[in-house]
Amino acid sequence: MSILADRNTKVIVQGMTGKEGTFHTSQCIEYGTNIVGGVTPGKGGTKHLDRPVFNTVREAVDATGADASLIFVPSSFVSDAIMEATEEGIKIIVTITEGAPIRDMIYAKSYVKSMQTKLIGPNCPGIITPGECKMGIMPGYVFKRGHIGLISKSGTLTYEASNQIVMAGLGISTAVGIGGDPIIGMGFIELLKEFQQDRDTDAVVMIGEIGGTLEVEAAHYIKNNFNKPIVAFIAGQTAPKGKRMGHAGAIIAGGKGTAKEKMDALTEAGVSVAKTPSEIGEKISELIKKQNV
Amino acid sequence: MYIHEHQAKEIFKKYGVPTPRGFIAFKPENAVKAAQQIGEGLWVVKAQIHAGGRGKAGGVKVADSTEQVEQIARDLLGKPLVTHQTGPKGKIVNRIYIEEGVDIEKEYYLGLLLDRKEEKTVMIASTEGGMDIEEVASKYPEKIVKVIIDPIIGFQGFHARTIAFALGMPRSDVNRFVSFARALYNVYNDYDVELAEVNPLVKTKEGKFIALDAKMSFDNNALYRQPEILAIRDLTEEDPAEIEAGTYNLNYVTLMGNVGCMVNGAGLAMATMDTIKYVGGEPANFLDVGGGANAENVAKGFEIILKDKNVKAIFVNIFGGIVRCDRVANGILEAARITNISIPVIVRLEGTNSKEGSKILSGSGLTNIITASDLLDGAKKSVKAAGTLKGDSK
Repeated sequence: MSILADRNTKVIVQGMTGKEGTFHTSQCIEYGTNIVGGVTPGKGGTKHLDRPVFNTVREAVDATGADASLIFVPSSFVSDAIMEATEEGIKIIVTITEGAPIRDMIYAKSYVKSMQTKLIGPNCPGIITPGECKMGIMPGYVFKRGHIGLISKSGTLTYEASNQIVMAGLGISTAVGIGGDPIIGMGFIELLKEFQQDRDTDAVVMIGEIGGTLEVEAAHYIKNNFNKPIVAFIAGQTAPKGKRMGHAGAIIAGGKGTAKEKMDALTEAGVSVAKTPSEIGEKISELIKKQNV
Repeated sequence: MYIHEHQAKEIFKKYGVPTPRGFIAFKPENAVKAAQQIGEGLWVVKAQIHAGGRGKAGGVKVADSTEQVEQIARDLLGKPLVTHQTGPKGKIVNRIYIEEGVDIEKEYYLGLLLDRKEEKTVMIASTEGGMDIEEVASKYPEKIVKVIIDPIIGFQGFHARTIAFALGMPRSDVNRFVSFARALYNVYNDYDVELAEVNPLVKTKEGKFIALDAKMSFDNNALYRQPEILAIRDLTEEDPAEIEAGTYNLNYVTLMGNVGCMVNGAGLAMATMDTIKYVGGEPANFLDVGGGANAENVAKGFEIILKDKNVKAIFVNIFGGIVRCDRVANGILEAARITNISIPVIVRLEGTNSKEGSKILSGSGLTNIITASDLLDGAKKSVKAAGTLKGDSK
């Protein structure tokens, strides 16, 4: 088992014919992801990467039975694309595109919440269930199959964490990059719920960063509801206040959202908190060993 | 992106958000002209910089004669103003705003921003106008009222009425407050504003609501559809290194330390700074060269980092994914040659073709390039290299 995506997931790609879309879709296909088609308005009826292209998500779903969508459309079309996929009953949407305006995302997120759709991103590396399905832009080989769930706001830090988990002789059940924007789809709590249910996941590594309250809310949730071991790392302990650190959401605003308050809340909830990413591998092995005793 | 108070007030005027009459001046002579144009009475002279805390720092002064306006203008213009938000160097005041004085009866705070937890817009108000809202939140949380505005319905009268009655406004003020709040919301919504703050929002002795101060910042991701805002960007208020980095799509933030950092990915870049600090050093910057680090943006990254004379060593930390490390290594060598780097460069390459990449670097013959095996090792070597050079400044 795994969460959100596996070998049975039928994926369409919105924005497949663009430069980024083309490159990463071909990488996903090479990885073994079941990409069943693409959507580019105006290019319906053509073929791209040996897959059919449709004008609308509705046509794509009708023709292929797709239940997942991977979004690469330009940032000004992101909310439109998310809402279209949601409207057509897509179960899981992964949005890679960076730079979606906040005002657009307020609408898109509000609509997604009112439906049965699960949204990941925007501004994220995507989801990977090693050996089964890659809906994202991550280097597949870094993620070896195993029993650690990985949730992260950052792309390259996800690779770093996975690399350490693998070096420690462990592996990944599913890794999910949730993205670094102020408004994102599923957050830590929703994914922890998924990992709690997943029999294939023995422990979780979560990587947060400065800005917002998702990590603190997750800490409250973990304390009373989550019983698998967790290692957490929060990036940005040295970030200055009021400065945006690369990700649109990575900003300490009004003195709130510091790494310290997040690390304290997680520690208080019984999570093993790493001070540097270098400790992630070591800490997760320790917890797994304890579990096996 | 930030704009000046006077620019925010120009936009307010267009939308029917009342503001005091005022004029901008870049020279003391123009300040006097502005005062004359406004007419007799009291004037307020306000330094225009992109930082809060101007009042307490002496950047906002009242004058009762045009001579005094001129004197204040001379005292402010061309000189740095140090507030709790500017850092110790302060910000040079290049422009001042001259406004008519207002008879204040009551001061409020009114703000609009994204509530990240609710993922909707929140309107925040308080009776403690003029005070920092964070300070009010920590000292008198009971004096703050918040209403969430659902995107399905947008701003409605009841949102503002809820605030007005909760703040204890007299009934006769409520409708005027609702109009003010609605106009402010329209600005916020139409211009993709990230934060709109009116602090203080004053009720005058004549019973009018006026935005005495105005602060707005905008969603950078939406600037492409806000040409009017882009056109009034004041680059002199921003860090030149950060502006330059931005033109090459690099994310750069200046910090105080001596270890320069160049990393692919924002999260890893922050984690790299954290690790440098953890092993006893101080990072000089945050720099995310993007998921796909190539020779051109690596070279540009070096150039920008090297402009900071405090930097005594550079730590390049790349986790190659789709980007192959051997290509990154060649990029680093090319960049090192172009920019002629003389300080130590510590390189950690991980991921796709990392061994080949390291081989290229160690075989390059460049003695100031030091390879590192992992993040911790790289951080330690960088801090050591930066420290040694500090005491050895020949």
